[in-house]
Amino acid sequence: MTTTRTFSSPLDLQSVRADFPILSRELAGGFPLVYLDSANSSQKPRQVVQAIEDHYLQHNANVARAMHQLGAEATAAYEGGRDKVAAFIGAPNRDEIVFTKNASEALNLAAHTLGAALKPGDVVVVSEMEHHSNIVPWQLACERTGATLKWFGVTEDGRLDLSNIEELLTENTKVVALTWVSNALGTINPITEIATKAHAVGATVVVDASQAVPQFPVDVSTLGADILVFTGHKVVGPTGIGVLWGRYELLAELPPFLGGGEMIEVVRMTGSTYAPPPARFEAGTPPIAQAVGLGAAVDYLSGIGMDKVAAHEHAIVEYALEGLKTVPGLTLLGPTDAKDHGGAISFALDGVHPHDVSTVLDTRGIAVRAGHHCARPVHERFGMQSSTRASFYLYTTPEEIDALVDGLGFVRSFFKVD
Amino acid sequence: MQLDSLYQEIILDHYRTPHHAGLADPYDVEVHHVNPSCGDEVTLRVELDGDTVKGVTHDSVGCSISQAATSVMSDLVIGKPVSEGMATYEKFLELMQGRGNVEPDEEVLEDGVAFAGVAQFPARVKCALLGWSAWRDATAQALATQGAANEGVKNA
Repeated sequence: MTTTRTFSSPLDLQSVRADFPILSRELAGGFPLVYLDSANSSQKPRQVVQAIEDHYLQHNANVARAMHQLGAEATAAYEGGRDKVAAFIGAPNRDEIVFTKNASEALNLAAHTLGAALKPGDVVVVSEMEHHSNIVPWQLACERTGATLKWFGVTEDGRLDLSNIEELLTENTKVVALTWVSNALGTINPITEIATKAHAVGATVVVDASQAVPQFPVDVSTLGADILVFTGHKVVGPTGIGVLWGRYELLAELPPFLGGGEMIEVVRMTGSTYAPPPARFEAGTPPIAQAVGLGAAVDYLSGIGMDKVAAHEHAIVEYALEGLKTVPGLTLLGPTDAKDHGGAISFALDGVHPHDVSTVLDTRGIAVRAGHHCARPVHERFGMQSSTRASFYLYTTPEEIDALVDGLGFVRSFFKVD
Repeated sequence: MQLDSLYQEIILDHYRTPHHAGLADPYDVEVHHVNPSCGDEVTLRVELDGDTVKGVTHDSVGCSISQAATSVMSDLVIGKPVSEGMATYEKFLELMQGRGNVEPDEEVLEDGVAFAGVAQFPARVKCALLGWSAWRDATAQALATQGAANEGVKNA
């Protein structure tokens, strides 16, 4: 049932895919891997793995506190990762980049430190389409402080419902924490427009860019966010490292998050003073090799060009939406056109539970995600308990989309829902 | 990865027409269990008669494996002593964790033997155990309530 549709990408897919050995794997039954789960975790190019290997095999030591030659090399490598990440997202100042364990820890850092100033009567605003990691830390902050959590709803077509923005953004609103690109719906939200209104009432704007930074060029100097977070493993980098960017003036006035080595200035038994950012927020031995790997990852993406990555994602999403619309009984969750649509598409298939969809696809080598994708509220919004999600990246080919569409036809025939 | 070994006809039958589905009265204890990683949910009611499982009913949302396993579990425990139900669970758990190397005992597991193929899909084992975990929890609570009530009688 594969149809010939037009597809045009600025990327040389064959040469991109040659950098990712895993994409050539054959899975059980002789099926080639069709990896459509990059919003969950992206694959890694050889260049990233080699940078990590070289670090561990030639330069490994602890950072900052190690006073020997290897310590200096490791420190330079770690701080070099910070420079690269700062440049990649347009941060005006390298000290605005804080390395964390992942995006969840970065959001918890934001919720703890901004939450320290919250009091009863204050309002924190999130949205119904957030990942759990941009809901739960704020719920906890509100429980600790007596502040109130409110949220933007989601429209029937999967966009942020801004119709009551005037009610949500008042002088009591202290924090607005929003996802830039929904991991479940794929929706791209108008961050700058909302940030302008949030700033007008004096609120701090936190942006979860976990699905944005991998997909299109990001410039924090013009975005309007005060804090932005993302994770390394979704930008072809390693697991174990996340990034929090914050305006320096804001970071400088925030209290510490985790206490420990490296985040201090002077420790006395009677009390301590704290280091300036970013060290204030990086207690303990940081993810050193991961920072090296992340640096190599953003170098890799910059080498290809994030504008080209974005154009490719758009082309693939457009192609996939067309293909999925040909599958009988398939309902798309979220926007059904490619405009302002990130590289993840969730859907329901009549009569077949998402787990069963994903298991059957898996036996044909097709890796998708099934479940609520850590975004249960938005599934509830659409009366669904879970969905199947296909997500794409710079190495995704139109042939892989065809394999998905064919695979869904097979799922339907296997479960006899024809 | 044999699809047919996972989705045996017995499983699909139970999925399409689950036994003891729909919550019924009376009951002793109701529990709600979820599989947080995937969102499957089951609400399950247990009624005991002494130490015999008198009734089990359930209302669940989930995949074919979890729905069918809850259906088969209900068949296996209803009318049996609690201890026998728990022993059956142990057998079923052994089968699920056996990675395909455990020969299922049809005498004990009846339709449950159809789940042997699930053991080869590690991601799906938790689906097959959801209903069982709800039943074990509800039954333990019902026994505890019974025990407390008996204590109350003795103390009175």
